[in-house]
Amino acid sequence: MSELTLTLIKLGFLAVLWLFVLSAVSVIRSDIFGTKAPSTPRPAKQGKAPAAKQKTKARKPARGVATRLQVVDGPNAGQSVPLSEGPILLGRGTDAAIRLDDDYVSTRHARFATNGEQWFVEDLGSTNGTYLGSQRITTPIPIGLGIQVRLGKTIVELQK
Amino acid sequence: MTTPVWLPRKRRGAEFFLTVLAVFIGIAAYASVGLGVEGTIPADTYKLGGALIVVAVATHLVIRRVAPYADPVLLPLVIALNGLGLAMIYRLDLGRQQIDPERAAFANSQLVWTAVGIVAFAGILIAVRDHRRLQTLTYTFGAAAIGLLILPLLPGIGQTINGARIWVVVLGFSFQPGEAAKVCLAIFFAGYLVVKRDALALAGRRVIGIDLPRGRDLGPILACWLVSVGILVLQRDLGSSLLFFGLFVVMLYVATERPGWIVVGGLLFGAGAYFGYAAFGHVRVRFDAWLDPFADPDRNGQIINGLFGLAHGGILGQGLGQGSPQLTPYSFSDFIAASMGEELGLTGLMAIVLIYGLIVERGMRIALTCRDAFGKLLAAGLAFSFALQVFVVVGGVTRLIPLTGLTTPFMAQGGSSVVMNWAIIGLLLRISDQTRRPAPEISSFASDEETQVVKLS
Repeated sequence: MSELTLTLIKLGFLAVLWLFVLSAVSVIRSDIFGTKAPSTPRPAKQGKAPAAKQKTKARKPARGVATRLQVVDGPNAGQSVPLSEGPILLGRGTDAAIRLDDDYVSTRHARFATNGEQWFVEDLGSTNGTYLGSQRITTPIPIGLGIQVRLGKTIVELQK
Repeated sequence: MTTPVWLPRKRRGAEFFLTVLAVFIGIAAYASVGLGVEGTIPADTYKLGGALIVVAVATHLVIRRVAPYADPVLLPLVIALNGLGLAMIYRLDLGRQQIDPERAAFANSQLVWTAVGIVAFAGILIAVRDHRRLQTLTYTFGAAAIGLLILPLLPGIGQTINGARIWVVVLGFSFQPGEAAKVCLAIFFAGYLVVKRDALALAGRRVIGIDLPRGRDLGPILACWLVSVGILVLQRDLGSSLLFFGLFVVMLYVATERPGWIVVGGLLFGAGAYFGYAAFGHVRVRFDAWLDPFADPDRNGQIINGLFGLAHGGILGQGLGQGSPQLTPYSFSDFIAASMGEELGLTGLMAIVLIYGLIVERGMRIALTCRDAFGKLLAAGLAFSFALQVFVVVGGVTRLIPLTGLTTPFMAQGGSSVVMNWAIIGLLLRISDQTRRPAPEISSFASDEETQVVKLS
């Protein structure tokens, strides 16, 4: 084996090693350099989101921005709380935004929070759970206008 | 803030392409070791090549089947590191046996341990369908971690090798329980901090712009510090002690978002380090070897050899099989980074460090996108433990920090390390699969009457 061949093998190997590193980087380039934000994010989102996965949005094409959280059913039906930047706590406790008078609701039951665009509902480890339809939620779930969320016997939804 | 439209993509094709490249790197390294040492491609290249291909195909298929949305680059990165490590261990076997034919060969046993690691990896992906299940076992994992840490201290099965009492020998097999304890501790810390973080985030006094935690909340961090000092005193293991404490402090910081914890952790670490330096000869030896290795060349032979090796490698390296890394004691485990540096040069070592960096980046990305707090903390903790470990080992070998005995993940010879690191990757991929999977469809509530609460009135 001549010196030259060994040197070529050495350089070739280093080249392959770096090729590997660079292709790995290229697969995740969006992580490193960031995704290109769409120029008009809002229409793009509304156009795509219902078609992609949010079946409920297609069924109830509620547009606009939610301004209040309304209790639609249960002992506290009719009460509402205006939405702002901060999170909204629901439960039987005194620190809740709406003190739900519902035996099936925990003291600190669920929290509604926003990231500025989208509202999320999160269960706070309640005894009877928070439901979206038949699905008991375990993680923060994005919710849109008019989607009913059930806590015990109480049903709340976001309204305009 | 704009939320980009999240289209779940599996990207298994990209993973397959990278995996092919990673396997090629492993086989090419093995073949070029043979060419460099003996002038021929080793006759058993098919063995290692076949094993790597089996590993790659098996893991790829497991992921396609049970975690289809998992991160696409973690697996190829790990396979590349593992392949490089195997080739280097084989190369050091050849070199060390040229010096003395009686010396043990490690390549085959490392291959077997890699296979065990793959089984652990697949087992975790199959058994743990949802990482949030682990949260219910928080204290079980905490107890398991303590048990694993105590194991080497028990008379009979515990064994002291090279001054550190971190080994357990059962039925002729020896392993380091500390590696498994690391994973258990990460799970325990994540589960514990998710529940307790609100209390721990309460601030006490504000000093130069940093909120320091309240005095009464210092209990957990002090307990963890005491355990770490205990490892240092009883097991004489500098590296693990640093790793466990660093892991806890960082997870505490991630959970509470309070830089004050880093300050408290740093002070405690400083106190521990000073105490170790003052009280223990072995810590002082490490410190002196770091500050001035050439003051006592006989005692610091290993680190000096490692430095000579790195210098010998230079920018482009000597080429696989053509340097002399076997002259360094423990060139196949503690000093494998120096061996790589000698044969692949700065160029190759940088690529390897970048691969580690990408693994850590993927781990942090998983933590960022994860939707539940437990998964976030666990992924961040595992990724950080990986980063800290690589920093401590490579930093020690290159004399940036004092040398401590930790293993270079996936490359260093050592069964427990390889198996547990594969397990860590399994956990990360599981969290990543949960994270990237499209959200379950939300159906409107009005339609399903059957889930209504029974109305008695």
